This record gives sequence, C-alpha cells and structure tokens, in this order.
Amino acid sequence: MLSRRDLLLLFGAMAANGMPFSWLFREAGAAPRDAKEHLAKLTGGAEQQKGGVTIILPAATDQARHVPVRISVASPMTENDYVKAIHVVAERNPTPAIASFHLGPANGKAEISTRIRLIKTQIVIAAAEMSDGSVRIGKARCKITGGAGACG
Amino acid sequence: MRNPIHVKVPRTAAKNEVVRLMTKLNHPMESGWRQRLDGQTVPKALAGRFVCLFNGREVFRADLDSGTASDPYLSFHVRVAESGEFRFVWTDEDGNSIEKIARIEMKEG
Repeated sequence: MLSRRDLLLLFGAMAANGMPFSWLFREAGAAPRDAKEHLAKLTGGAEQQKGGVTIILPAATDQARHVPVRISVASPMTENDYVKAIHVVAERNPTPAIASFHLGPANGKAEISTRIRLIKTQIVIAAAEMSDGSVRIGKARCKITGGAGACG
Repeated sequence: MRNPIHVKVPRTAAKNEVVRLMTKLNHPMESGWRQRLDGQTVPKALAGRFVCLFNGREVFRADLDSGTASDPYLSFHVRVAESGEFRFVWTDEDGNSIEKIARIEMKEG
C-alpha cells in the first residue's frame, strides 16, 4: 500500500522529469509534441534559437478558416547571409504541417504573408533556416472564438 | 473555373528595388480533416506547390500543407534588377499546373 507521501514523491518525480500527464488526456489529433517532431524533421534536427522571427497573428478571431498571418525574419538577405526557408507549424491542428517557404538572396526582404486554418485556440510556430545552418524560431498565439473551427 | 489565379505585380520598379508580389488561387484546398455526415473522411486535395520564376529563374517557392486556408493567398518580396516577366505557377497533387505571367519594367533614369 502506498502512503500519501509516496504518491506525492512519485508525482513530484514525474513532474521533475518533464513527464507531463498528457498521456492521460490524449486527444485525437496533434499535440504540441507532434508539432515539435514535425519541425525537427523539417529542419534536420538543428538546434533552435529563439528570436529574430516575428510572427503576427490576430490575438482573437472568429474566422478560423482564414486566419491571416505575417512572418518576417531579421536578415539582410545578401549573398552571404540570407534566410533559406521558413517552416510554419500549428500545435493543435489535426495535422501540424501548415507550409514551408523557400527563399533566397533574390528576395531582398524575408517577409511573407498568407492565410491559415486553425481548428482551436493554439500556438503557431515559425522556424527560419538561415544560410549559416542555424535555425531561429518565433511563436504566436491566436484565440479562436465562436466555436466554429476550421474543420467545417 | 474562370480566372482561377490572381496576381498583383507593380508595373514599374526602380533598379534593385524590393517589390511586394501577391498571388491568390481559387481552390478548395481540402485538408483531409473534414468528415461527411456518414463518417467518411473527405479526401485530401491540395494545390500544394507554388513557384514564382523571374526571367526563368526560381525566386520563391512554397509547399503548402493542410494548415493552409482555402483559396490560398501568398505575399512575398523580390528584388528586381532588370525588366522581365514573373511566372506564377500553381501545381496540385496530381501534377496539374496552372500559371499566369506578369511583366515588370525598369523606371527610366
């Protein structure tokens, strides 16, 4: 029989190990972990640094099927220093992949905009692959109101 | 479908100016997430590949997946050093492609 103290220790140890309880309430569809795995696959597992990527989403919207997004990366976009690709993933869509954009020095400015689907309130992650091989990420959250997700 | 591609390209630009280009395709972009009332999943059907070429050279490419909205819209930038034509090519998963051409001229002086 486990005592209360043992249980507390056990849960404490699990939390300390970074093992969340998500396996208890795993929903159908993607979890943030799937988005991270997908992003790692796209970027070839390179180390990710924060900063340098700005992602602009509306703070809240009831038009979940067409959410405007603008992503810009701080880069001079010269022959020696440019953005190779921008990958965009969503943490809680049924499948995490949104899009990948391939750029080069010919673009002059690393800024793209498009429209995406978000089925519920969630975080969108943009990862920029730079020409020197480093990967920079930026995140933004969008609240979906009105109950009509993009699945319809 | 009538006029499925829309593009917006400035008519003129100064040398080495960075111009903003916009394009939109009329396409349902079925995500493969939807279910019909009988429980059948609507099959995925995307126009997943967009390429922009300037005088035959690729300047921008996008691979769009299920998270992209229907009637996909894209805006991006290109530095232009000469007059020429932009080709906007959208391709779906079956390999059918559709394209539109827009010219840009260098400003005098």
